[in-house]
Amino acid sequence: MYAPHTEKDIRAMLEVIGASSLEALSSPPGGLAIKEGLNIAPALPEAEAYAHIKALANQNTAARMVSFLGAGAYRHYQPPAVPWFATRSEFLTAYTPYQAEASQGSLQAIFEWQTYISLLTGMDVSNASLYDGATALVEGVIMSLHANGRKRVLISKAVHPMYRAVLATYAEGMGLEVVELPVTTKGLTDTSRVDAKGAACVVLQSPNFFGCIEDISTAATVAHEAGALCVSVTAEALSLALLKTPREAGADIALGEGQSFGLPLGYGGPYVGFIATTKEHVRRLPGRLVGETTDVDGRRAFVLTLQGREQHIRRELATSNICTNQALCALIATVYLATVGSKGLQSIAAANLQRARELQEAVCAVPGFVAAYQSPYFNEFCVRTPVPAAQLVKRLEKRGILAGLPLSRFYPELTHLVLMCATELTTSEDIKALTEALVEETARAVAAV
Amino acid sequence: MPLLLFERGAPGRGNQFVADAGGARRYLNQALLRESLPLPDLAELEVARHFMELSARNFSVDRNFYPLGSCTMKYNPKLNEAVAGFPGFTDLHPFAPDAGAQGALHLLWDMERTLSALFGMAEFSLMPAAGAHGEITAMLMAKKYFVEMGQGQRNVCLVPDTAHGTNPASAAMVGYKVVSIPSTSRGRTDLAALRSKLDGSTAVCMMTNPNTLGLFEDDIIDITQAVHKAGGLMYYDGANANAIVGLTRPGDMGFDLLHLNLHKTFSVPHGGGGPGSGPVGASAKLAPYLPKPIVAREEDGSFALDWDRSDSIGPVREFWSHFLAVVRAYAYIIVHGEEGLRRNSQLAVLNANYVRAKIKDVLVVPYEDFCRHEFVCSAERLKKETGARALDLAKGLLDAGIHAPTMYWPHVVPECLMIEPTETETKETLDTFADTLRALVKQAHDDPASMQQLPLHTPVRRVDEAQVGRQANKGIGLRWEPPDAASRQ
Repeated sequence: MYAPHTEKDIRAMLEVIGASSLEALSSPPGGLAIKEGLNIAPALPEAEAYAHIKALANQNTAARMVSFLGAGAYRHYQPPAVPWFATRSEFLTAYTPYQAEASQGSLQAIFEWQTYISLLTGMDVSNASLYDGATALVEGVIMSLHANGRKRVLISKAVHPMYRAVLATYAEGMGLEVVELPVTTKGLTDTSRVDAKGAACVVLQSPNFFGCIEDISTAATVAHEAGALCVSVTAEALSLALLKTPREAGADIALGEGQSFGLPLGYGGPYVGFIATTKEHVRRLPGRLVGETTDVDGRRAFVLTLQGREQHIRRELATSNICTNQALCALIATVYLATVGSKGLQSIAAANLQRARELQEAVCAVPGFVAAYQSPYFNEFCVRTPVPAAQLVKRLEKRGILAGLPLSRFYPELTHLVLMCATELTTSEDIKALTEALVEETARAVAAV
Repeated sequence: MPLLLFERGAPGRGNQFVADAGGARRYLNQALLRESLPLPDLAELEVARHFMELSARNFSVDRNFYPLGSCTMKYNPKLNEAVAGFPGFTDLHPFAPDAGAQGALHLLWDMERTLSALFGMAEFSLMPAAGAHGEITAMLMAKKYFVEMGQGQRNVCLVPDTAHGTNPASAAMVGYKVVSIPSTSRGRTDLAALRSKLDGSTAVCMMTNPNTLGLFEDDIIDITQAVHKAGGLMYYDGANANAIVGLTRPGDMGFDLLHLNLHKTFSVPHGGGGPGSGPVGASAKLAPYLPKPIVAREEDGSFALDWDRSDSIGPVREFWSHFLAVVRAYAYIIVHGEEGLRRNSQLAVLNANYVRAKIKDVLVVPYEDFCRHEFVCSAERLKKETGARALDLAKGLLDAGIHAPTMYWPHVVPECLMIEPTETETKETLDTFADTLRALVKQAHDDPASMQQLPLHTPVRRVDEAQVGRQANKGIGLRWEPPDAASRQ
């Protein structure tokens, strides 16, 4: 299809090679050749392939619904300038920038990403990016293990359940002990009874999975007194524009998910994980790092550095097995941050604060609905529902509204809580449609009982 | 020389993106807020000029030939980009109800089945984010499998000396002890040496086939049988799958686990170093351990995310897959079909052998057999004769607008250049490449001193890596510093 060879080319090339046929050259030895058809779909002409995939895309009716879903993936405005610049062929079809002379564009963009993440988190250094927030959490935990040689991890139950599930997957294979910290009736991590003795790190997320803004600094004090590190997780990167930085709160490692910086929801990926730390732990950072230097003519240049930590040099002694980063996603985020700037990012974050309050006020004005936690929040919050939340959410789906995430999905005991999100894209009409539907469906459910 | 973003702009520049809600800060207690947000404000045109300037300082497949071994830098079709941009995909939330995500689930389900058929595996997970992530996923599966079989004592991972660095690094992450297996003079894994390492501690043997020398492991059946007889599992690193799609199947060779790189074999763009996508396939006995959720088809024909897999190792990333990367690979597969994919593999092998034949009289090709989709050659003799190294040849290619081959790896070949042209390159491009390389070899003989000066015409020339490494060790030079902070250091 995309291979350019004519029959004439092939004959001429075989002759230079000294082989009799394509088959003779490429067939596997020893009876390993595939003997009969594999029963996969026959090739489609390009126009039909396009139409086929478009039809599949159109079946995703949820992509067109009014949505209040957040929970680690956020619907934000993507300025058209962002994909326009970031997905140019020169970036999209480039390889990993191992050859500095041929990759200054990608290298400088990563250096700029590292700077943005450092400035947003208040940390000294950041790496070139990681797969996503959940795997960034795993890498942050591994950094902590390397820092103090301990194998016990304290993590708040208010950290995103998928992040904790991924950590549990790795912990089983790596022989780590993971202890979960309880959550108070205010929706905040209970740090009053934490015993961090022997712990490698204490992990909190802010805003946490319930939307509540945590007090990282208390956890940091508890961790540091016990010789453990404090790891701060941010699943909604936009909140960094407004909230006290993880560094100011005392975190040693700040990590999270950068999807909010211009990346589409895309049914869960690819997104972009970030990780940042203090100078003390720079050699423990996983994955690629770009540094500034000069070339033989004295010109400013950028280059991958500290590769002595990495798998292609250190093999089984590397700080991580990570090879690929999310370069293109990090570039999209970098172009996003450049385009919106300090002023734009703060105004977008303020709009999220505003819309989320309008949403909470409107929902809690519906009889039977109350805010679940009396803690400060950014753009998400939990609402207590008068009927089981999962049922209610399902009823609203049928009306074309994604009302939020019923918490019973991850916390079976929280049957009457739903996590709702509003962003700068949430309109007054969306909120009105939701509240009208809530009134009607609650009445219907109550009548049915 | 472009400035950094942080050296451009002026406070207050930039578009207004949303209606003003500046007063909303009052909703939060001052103690919760950060003092300042020290990011630059730029006009949109400044952003445009900046990134256009950066883009001009990059090599890319759409502009340059990348004979980059083990990386499969084939053309990235624009159909892939168009279909991955459909709003029905880009606007779909990962927590969308299954009923509202049927198209996406159908596509994932199709992809899992198609990859299983192409590679001879029982089941696939599309969750892993990249090749190395697929490797660690498979190591976690192997470890859990052995624990459940009551053989948790197995803790040795066998890895040929030609393997990718990620292999031993991934094995070490689950606590496996890594034992290296040497290669023979024919560039194949030494079967006798491998056999001598097999015992009750053997957990996994990780192999790449064709291996990173571009040679098919012709003892592969004996290898997989020996490892299985010792109670171990076979893992296939799919980095070199572009040589075999449609021609032979790892499952038929006896592999229990494998990962693919959709960004290599299936034309997903590399994006300057990611995102990748590293699906993991498993044989019937390992399939229950695959990460969850996996897409299932219900009795009524609808599709759903299946979380009810009790033996699963659990999820390995935040959400279900690098979905938009999978969409691109899906487009690539359906425009080819089995016959088209097989043809691509054959032509990839043809292109590699053609380049090999065109340069083997000027550079040493250490293995006599025809290669598969890539081959290695050595500049050792050239270095002895002229002082010019593989590195110098690679840098010289950059001046001709050709990306450097993979260098100095695998370590078994001194002054190694690993060349993989891929099937999407024309004979004319390959001829130009061979001529350029031959001219550089001649230059090395005629004017050896000039070689260390190369490249001359790239946006920057050779860079000082030692200096930046020393600084970076102290956490310096890894980001832009505000002028006052920089002066303090």
